Amino acid sequence: MADTREVISSGNHLAALAAADAGCRFMGGYPITPSSEVIEQMSDLLPKRGGSCIQMEDEIAAVAAAIGAGMAGERTLTATSGPGISLKAENLGLAQMCEVPLVVVNVMRGGPSTGLPTRVSQGDVRQAKNPSHGDYRSITLCAGNLSECYTEVVRAFNLADRFMQPVFVLLDETIGHMHGKAIIPTPEAVKAGIVGRKQFTGDPKDYHPYECEPDQPAVLNKMFSGYRYHFTGLHHDKNGFPTEEIETCRKLIQRLEDKVMLHTDELELNEEFMLDDMTGAEGEVLIIAYGSVSLAAKEAIRHLRADGIKAGLFRPLTLWPSPAESIKKYTDMIKNVLCVELNIRQYTEEVERVSSRLDIQGLFKVNGRPISPYEIVSKVKEVF
Amino acid sequence: MAFNYDQYLRLEKMPTLWCWGCGDGVILKAFIRAIEKMGVKQDDVCVVSGIGCSGRFSSYVDFNTVHTTHGRTVAFATGIKMMHPDKLVVCVAGDGDALAIGGNHTIHAARRNIDMTLIIINNFIYGLTNSQTSPTTPQGMWTVTQKVGNIDPTFDACALGIAAGASFVARESMLDPKKLEKVFVKAMEHRGFSFLDVLSNCHINLGRKNKMISAMENLSWIDSITMPVKKYNELPEEEKLNILPTGILKEDTTVREYCDMYQDIIDAHQGKRANITQDDFEKKI
Repeated sequence: MADTREVISSGNHLAALAAADAGCRFMGGYPITPSSEVIEQMSDLLPKRGGSCIQMEDEIAAVAAAIGAGMAGERTLTATSGPGISLKAENLGLAQMCEVPLVVVNVMRGGPSTGLPTRVSQGDVRQAKNPSHGDYRSITLCAGNLSECYTEVVRAFNLADRFMQPVFVLLDETIGHMHGKAIIPTPEAVKAGIVGRKQFTGDPKDYHPYECEPDQPAVLNKMFSGYRYHFTGLHHDKNGFPTEEIETCRKLIQRLEDKVMLHTDELELNEEFMLDDMTGAEGEVLIIAYGSVSLAAKEAIRHLRADGIKAGLFRPLTLWPSPAESIKKYTDMIKNVLCVELNIRQYTEEVERVSSRLDIQGLFKVNGRPISPYEIVSKVKEVF
Repeated sequence: MAFNYDQYLRLEKMPTLWCWGCGDGVILKAFIRAIEKMGVKQDDVCVVSGIGCSGRFSSYVDFNTVHTTHGRTVAFATGIKMMHPDKLVVCVAGDGDALAIGGNHTIHAARRNIDMTLIIINNFIYGLTNSQTSPTTPQGMWTVTQKVGNIDPTFDACALGIAAGASFVARESMLDPKKLEKVFVKAMEHRGFSFLDVLSNCHINLGRKNKMISAMENLSWIDSITMPVKKYNELPEEEKLNILPTGILKEDTTVREYCDMYQDIIDAHQGKRANITQDDFEKKI
């Protein structure tokens, strides 16, 4: 196809290439395994295209500088792994509060703490939902194959501009370091899909960046463009100035919630693999998995089907907000549900919540090793 | 004719939340006069602040303004400056911001020599949060976290700035607003990292329990611990211990600025110059 291309690359390199192709102009980073290849790649790609990539003094400074570039009006990136997100958390909250678009790539490794730096995990799924204190809605995407390391990062940049807030892209060590062929959009196709953030064009006197519909994000004009306003992590009024006025405070936080939760249709993206022939008959198996684990799940499903067990996969690419209705549709229809995760119940609890079912089976692995298709096949045969 | 500040102030935000007699207002006015003197357009200035009384500085002045998290001021400003190397970026931080929680960022922004001015409003105490010890609180003073007297050794902010590599380092107090205005102009016109330790009073939360109950008493104390650097240099070594020298303590225009150096990286990547090697730098280690 004319608007796609074939490349041989790795997940981390593809994430970097996607950022550059999506018009990212700045990256603030700090080395951390297993994400370091992202900043290594960006340190070439960005200056080549006239942007800049700085290795800052620590994780906190890395995200702060990236948010600063976002405040200036540019597309901006930081990449890290779980411990880095823990450090960045406070400033991510500032970006939520100030409504500054930013893409955060998290290549997950084993935790908690230093954990298993060079091994795979999906242990940051719960963290991605609420890395910082207070009320806001995180948008979290999750790549399940090499091509998606590119396409989900592009999608993240577009969503960040649309919703004016940080967007997480979760990779994991397996997929970040996986090398292989990927079919990805051409740079021209990516460019054609960019809408960019809204800008106010009227008289500066009439400009109120935070005065917007109750379900819409702030309209933040580029810095130094003649529209002077204020950013603050404090509760703020329509012009960004600190306030404690009761109704203004309530409206602001409610809007941070509603701008995301009333528009989940724009965020939801799922893959439904071998689900189209499901009827709800006895013995059918629904597997829910995401990220690199879904590759093993698909292989397992082929084996299960060969053995006469009708299994299929539901895979969310947008983890947060969760595709509640879509999950419920399948969990209502299919009795045997198995969640497979490289953590303990982090997304299974969400599946339980949205399905109102407490009989969801789980296969969880937290020893830093990937889940094999064989383990999934065995688990299905054991529990159903 | 008296200077009219109105154009540069967000008048609807007045009065400020600063206490009566606070030095922060004097510093703010000196800063505004410096901007006017430089003739920079308000649209071309970004003021970034941290947390504390000094953090509110950014909301009172009519520029592009950012009130960030505690201590991260210069890190946010770095992202802004890298995207706009031709704009004037000024950071305003407190002693807690710049020397405690954000000390690492202060050190590394100075080391990079990125073109921004860091104004540390140093009142020797955590004022907004009611008298907790700061890295510049003198030993032996009373704070709410050291009620029998502070034992933590104090930071000499300017010594830190010089050691970290800032190419312009100065100290003034708000006792002499005209001098302050002049040093602001010099610092902001300097291409590189300008580090300013601006001493201010907090008679409410430093003075109250340390026998400086009025602004005047607090200011007299600041006066007694400062001395112009020229005079300071003539003092016998043993008398220097309890004096903070004021004036320009370092001004080096030969050090290359970070955005300018980053342009070399861009040019090298774009084939417009050879790769950067050790030969490009005088200092090899």
